[in-house]
Parts: sequence; structure tokens; C-alpha cells
Amino acid sequence: MILALTMGEVIGLYIFVLAAFIGFEVITKVPAQLHTPLMSGANAISGIILIGAIIVASNTTSTFGLILGVIGVFLAMINVVGGFAVTDRMLHMFKKKKEKPAKGGDA
Amino acid sequence: MSEAVAWVLYLVSAGFFIFGLKGLSGPKTAVGGNLKGVTGMTLAAITVLIARSPETGPLIAILIAMGLGGAVGFVLAKRVEMTGMPELVAAFNGVGGLASAIVALGEVMHRDPYTPTIGVVTALGVLIGALTFTGSVIAWGKLAGKVNSAPVKFPNQNLANLGLLVVALVAVILYANNLGAEIWLFVVLAVALGLGVLAVMPIGGADMPVVVALLNSYSGIAASAAGYAIGNPILIVAGALVGASGLILTVIMCKAMNRSLANVLFSAFGTGDSTGSTEGREMETRTVRNYTPEDGAILLTSARSVIVVPGYGMAVAQAQHSVRELCDLLESAGVKIQYAIHPVAGRMPGHMNVLLAEANVPYDQLKEMEVINPDFENTDVVLVVGANDVVNPAARTDKESGLYGMPILDADKSNNIIILKRSLGVGFAGEINELFFNDKTMMLFGDAKDTIMALIGEVKSLQ
Repeated sequence: MILALTMGEVIGLYIFVLAAFIGFEVITKVPAQLHTPLMSGANAISGIILIGAIIVASNTTSTFGLILGVIGVFLAMINVVGGFAVTDRMLHMFKKKKEKPAKGGDA
Repeated sequence: MSEAVAWVLYLVSAGFFIFGLKGLSGPKTAVGGNLKGVTGMTLAAITVLIARSPETGPLIAILIAMGLGGAVGFVLAKRVEMTGMPELVAAFNGVGGLASAIVALGEVMHRDPYTPTIGVVTALGVLIGALTFTGSVIAWGKLAGKVNSAPVKFPNQNLANLGLLVVALVAVILYANNLGAEIWLFVVLAVALGLGVLAVMPIGGADMPVVVALLNSYSGIAASAAGYAIGNPILIVAGALVGASGLILTVIMCKAMNRSLANVLFSAFGTGDSTGSTEGREMETRTVRNYTPEDGAILLTSARSVIVVPGYGMAVAQAQHSVRELCDLLESAGVKIQYAIHPVAGRMPGHMNVLLAEANVPYDQLKEMEVINPDFENTDVVLVVGANDVVNPAARTDKESGLYGMPILDADKSNNIIILKRSLGVGFAGEINELFFNDKTMMLFGDAKDTIMALIGEVKSLQ
């Protein structure tokens, strides 16, 4: 099977491996504060499956395939919008408190 | 739009994702990084809709599904309490994995893979996506308290799971060699769904940071595989990036516990909740110093410096706001306040940071383990709020201990230690915490939030 690889398949493999290397290189030292936002932001990016779902749902060859595609679109959008929104919410929480160093000692 | 133009636009999208993730790993660039991610996603979605230009019927279905999914995601993201964040992240991972499995299956319904290699990758997309889905459901259940958070063991567990994995992989090969025989793909799906459940059940609650990070990685790899099946480059790139970032976090978490990934995944480590039963042994023969909040308040108000060590117990009791209130009071009286954050405190990577941020704790007071450890010996009081294993000195000294070798916060080196705990239970690791019996230690039993409130009252009356 391996010997029967086509060039297109090998190029796909190149894209995957190089992208993974880039991922390892750009995310170097992550401060603990950003562990959760990085995870939820990356999770939103994995919602890229949305594009695959749209492709499958645009194809009318098989009705069952189309239905699966539409379900995929729904699920992927939960992931995309939810992931980015919750990451943004968390990051603004981090920012907000940095801006108010003078806390009222009024208690 | 030609497919070639679409691919160029996908490349631009990929750039946004790369710089988005880079941004997300730095404190000053994180918000912008997230927005780059949004931009890349929007561009890719518009590109695919124009490039594929679906017929009216499918287009309407797609747009409705996008609207509904987006609305559900938005509401979940806005409503979630910060204490519910680990569950939400687990749930999103699961949804993403399921979407990938469904997309790979849907593509096969339209046409069989062109080659055995694509067949293999398609089936792997189904396998990883389905496993991510049920694994995340169990992780979600454990985090939300709906599934027993203790490791659930059965005989020959690892052997059985290995067997299932082999069956799934054999089905993958059979499918690739008989493209068109979709039955094998459904075998892969069924086995993978079961495997996800069985693989996560034996992993205890306190090891969830590793599991959640790893499932995050899987959800990316599943998307990548589905993208390979469809022949779409942006799925391959974005999925690979997420796979890498999830793996980096997984490694960070494992290192923070000084355990290998294999040990976390396969050893069914620990007892479950840190509030679990007292395991007897030498427990009854020794006594701890049990005090009242008044004693604690006297100690705290007379201190010049205090370090707070938060743990999962603080999250359970939702005590983060009260903790901050207490610290504000002390700070206004001139006490220096710092928080010591262990990388695996809580149930997901960064859990304590998120909770304390919600409670508006100033960021410069949060210290990572390596930074704060030298400070303990010059600190008057350490206030341990619902943390256990991460301050257990046995990790340094006791070679018999399951915790041995794990980097810990050096709470025992400070002058006084106040520990807030519900009971004298063992930690998640099932180890008796020597710190409880330290001469410098003052135990305050009860719900963390109630105890903190009592401390606040006492401190106020003293000031």
C-alpha cells in the first residue's frame, strides 16, 4: 500500500507534517495563565472541520451524505463560535484585572 | 471561484491560524491572536461557500445549521461560569471530534476514497474523531460530577483496550483494501466509540488536565485526517496546528507531575476526589492541630507576608471570590499577598488562573511554581485552600510514595501553614499528607468558602 502512494497523497503528508512542525515551533513557552485560553482557542481552530462539513453538505450525490454534512456544520459551528467566544471572554477577564491595580480597600 | 483561487485563500487563512496560535501563547498578544483565529475561520468559511456554491436547498440547510450551531456555541460560551470551564472545554473537544467523524463518514457516502491510502486516512479520521467524542463525553461527565471521578477499573483493562484498538486498526486496513465495503467503516466507528469510553473511565479526576489537553490534540488530528479524506489543505493545516498545540500542553502537564503520558493514561492512578475517604493506616494514631478561624485570623493579621496556595477544593467550594476578599483585607492592612499556582492544580491546564482572574485577583500576584518556591522560606503564613498533593512533602522525600518526584510547592518551608480542608482525607494520589502533621501547621476543617468567610469576619473584628 505504501508503495502505491501517489504524489498528491505525498503532498498531503508534506502539508500535515510541516504544519505540525510550525505548530511546535510557534507555541514555545506558554505561561500558565494562558494554558486554558490557548486550549480553548486551539479548540475553536479545530472547528475548521466546518469547512469540510460545508463541502460534504454541498454535495448532492447522496442524501445521507448531505444530511451528515449538515449535522457536521451544526456541530462544527458550536465548536467554532463557542470556542472563540469563550476564549475572548477569558482573555478580557485577564486584561480587566490588570487595568485596575488600585483595588478599593473599602471593605 | 476556481479551486486554485480557493486554495490561495486557504493559504491566507492558514497564515492567520499560525499567527493566531503564536499570539495566543503570549500574554500581550493573546486577544489579538484569538481575533486572528476568528479572521482565518471567517475567510475559510466564505471561501468554501463561494468555491463550492451549493444549490439553493443545501445552501439554506447549511446556513440554518450554521446559525443554530453558532447560537448554541455563543450561548454556552457566554453563560458558562468560570468554575464550569473544564467541562465546557471537554464538551467542545467532543463536539469537534464528532463533527470530524461525521464529515469523514459523509464524504464516503458521496464517493468511495480514490485510493487505499486515502481510505486508511478516512477510516483513521472516523476512528480518532469518534474516540475523541466519547472520551470527551466521559471526561465531561467526570468533571461535571456525573460520572465517578475515581479511576474505574476492571480486570485486564489495558489488555482489553489494546485488543479493541487492534480490532479497530484491522477494520481500518480491511476497509482500505475493500473500498466500497462501508461495513468496515462502521465497525471502526462502533469500536472507536467504545474505546473512547473505556480509555477515559480508568483515569482519575486529578489527571483530567492531561486528558483534556490530549483530547484537544486528538480533535485537531481528527480534523486533519478528515481534511485529507476530502482533499482540503486548510483542514490538514489547521488540524495539524491544533494537534501540535494540544500535544505541547499535554507534555507540560505530564512534566508538572513528573509522570510519563503512558503512566497517566494507563496506570489508573489515584483514588478520585481529594475529599475522599480517610484510608486509615497511621491516620488515627496521630493527631493534627485543629484550630478555629479566630486563631487563623490572628496569625494572618500578624503576618507580613502571606502566600495563598489554591487547589481544586477552592473550585469545588467556589471560594475564589471570598479568597480575594480576604486577601484584599489583609493587603489593606499592609500584608504582602502572593498566590502560588501549581501547573496541575485543578482539573484543566490553567484552571486556577482562570478562577482567580474571574475573582479579579491582580495578575502580578499570581506566581508560577519555579518563581515562588524560593519565597516560601521567607514567608510568614501559607494559606492552603483546597490543595493537597501539590504541597505534599512526600513528593520530595518518600521514595515509596506515588507522588515521589513530582515538583511541589514548598509550602512546608514557610514559618506557618494554615490548611483549609473539608476532612483529613488523603489526596487524590491516595497519600497521607505529611504537611497536616507538621508542627507549624494549623488545620481549619470545613467548607473552604465558609471557613474563608469566617476568617474574613474575624480579621475585620481584629482590625
